[in-house]
Amino acid sequence: MSHHKLEVKNLSFVYPDGYKAIDGISFTIHHGESVGIVGANGAGKSTLLLILMGVLFPSQGEVIVGDVRVTKKTLPFIRQRLGMVFQDPDDQLFMTTVYDDVAFGPRNYELDEKDVEDRVVKALDMVGIPHLKDRAPYKLSGGEKRAAAIATVLSMQPDILVMDEPTSSLDPKSRRKVMELLKGFDHTKIITSHDLDMVFKICERTIVIKEGRIAADGLTSEILANQKLMDSCGLEVPLALQSCPVCGRKNQI
Amino acid sequence: MSNIGNSLYNIVHLDDLARNKTRIHKLHPLVKLIVTLAFLTVVASFGRYEITRLLPLFLYPVVIIALAELPKAPILKRILIIEPFVAGIGILNPLFEKQTFALGGLILSVGWITFLSIFLKSILTVAAVLLLVATTGMDRLAVALRMLKIPKLFVLQLLLTYRYISVLTEEAERMARAYILRSPLQKGIHIKDWGTFAGQLVLRTFDRAQRVYQAMCVRGFTGEYNTGECIKFKTSDILYLAAWLAFFTVTRMYDIPMLVGTLLTGVVK
Repeated sequence: MSHHKLEVKNLSFVYPDGYKAIDGISFTIHHGESVGIVGANGAGKSTLLLILMGVLFPSQGEVIVGDVRVTKKTLPFIRQRLGMVFQDPDDQLFMTTVYDDVAFGPRNYELDEKDVEDRVVKALDMVGIPHLKDRAPYKLSGGEKRAAAIATVLSMQPDILVMDEPTSSLDPKSRRKVMELLKGFDHTKIITSHDLDMVFKICERTIVIKEGRIAADGLTSEILANQKLMDSCGLEVPLALQSCPVCGRKNQI
Repeated sequence: MSNIGNSLYNIVHLDDLARNKTRIHKLHPLVKLIVTLAFLTVVASFGRYEITRLLPLFLYPVVIIALAELPKAPILKRILIIEPFVAGIGILNPLFEKQTFALGGLILSVGWITFLSIFLKSILTVAAVLLLVATTGMDRLAVALRMLKIPKLFVLQLLLTYRYISVLTEEAERMARAYILRSPLQKGIHIKDWGTFAGQLVLRTFDRAQRVYQAMCVRGFTGEYNTGECIKFKTSDILYLAAWLAFFTVTRMYDIPMLVGTLLTGVVK
């Protein structure tokens, strides 16, 4: 299915204040791939995601989803194919109940209310929070909010899931749950994160961004284990690959 | 800053109340909107000296609160919040009005009557609108407004403004908390910081609103706010509408307290 492919060609983006956040990035992501996008703070990860989603438009270059170029005209199609989960679930959840929030996307595509309900129930089941459907989002815990935010995107049945820091500010158990959840999805996944252990577990491929450019693109197991590369990009080797703090033994990949 | 937090809680509390499932809640939002508009018109139509004729209209909020099983205290508290402003508007009436009237040997300015009239009218109108929101909810109200052919831009504006109140209060609460924790020796926010505080609040809220809007856009939002409900008119809706309209018409046409009074005194005689 070619419409699951995402192609980024020679992308550049300059903010109105003259700051060049993205500088000539190109890559292609194929159907079913899980790709981690990592980089230090201010490397351009979030800007890149916003360009992929058509929230920002590049100063140069183009993004192609399947065979369709991301332009103002094609946005409705693009946004049905790509679902984005924002870093702060509070930005994403704004309706009075979880149900209405999850139904917001499908309703925007003017689906029949019965189909909307089916999708909402399915999405809430997938993230394991069907019992929260009538609760007000602001009353949920951090982990529940994150699950609800993911459900709001799943209900649109996207082919590609784009996530900005899906495990940030979660407690260890909630983080584990979200990771299990992400692992269970068959979607093509694009995940930006500073949680390199999560990227290591979930993504087979990693793209490292440094100062708006691609510093490395390849197998996660090779890239994240490359201490020199990680250091030069303001990152660290994942904890799982570092020496044990008690016995000093180095983990094997 | 528990005050800001409380006010946020108060705002969303109306939404919580609107999710109840009583007979009043189940009525068609358009019917409730029309009844409320009719009620407001009737209240406003009485002259400034006709305070006794306003009294029967108190039946409306009382009946709605009872049938909708709404908690009385929070509603009453919200009505009282507005009263200091109302008092501010009407308090000079007793000084300006030259005419007087006698009440049990006391000579009072007619201004007291007009002041009382403003006071009663404010209670009635604020109560009616609060009850409308607490029994219908903003989303369903928007459906009703759209049915009245109000342009979608205005309805959307209303809904999003309502939504952003919580965004604004949350930001304000966070900023105030950060401020208070680092200024333990003072109470509240110092006047010299008000400018920066307000400016920061506006910028931060803009930023936040922008992100909320982006999150809406990526879920296919194009300006039409769909609540997904297709609510049909029922017989109970028609009956509700007819009964209240009849009651309002009767209160407007006849002086009910006077009639009751005459009847009673007639019986006594």
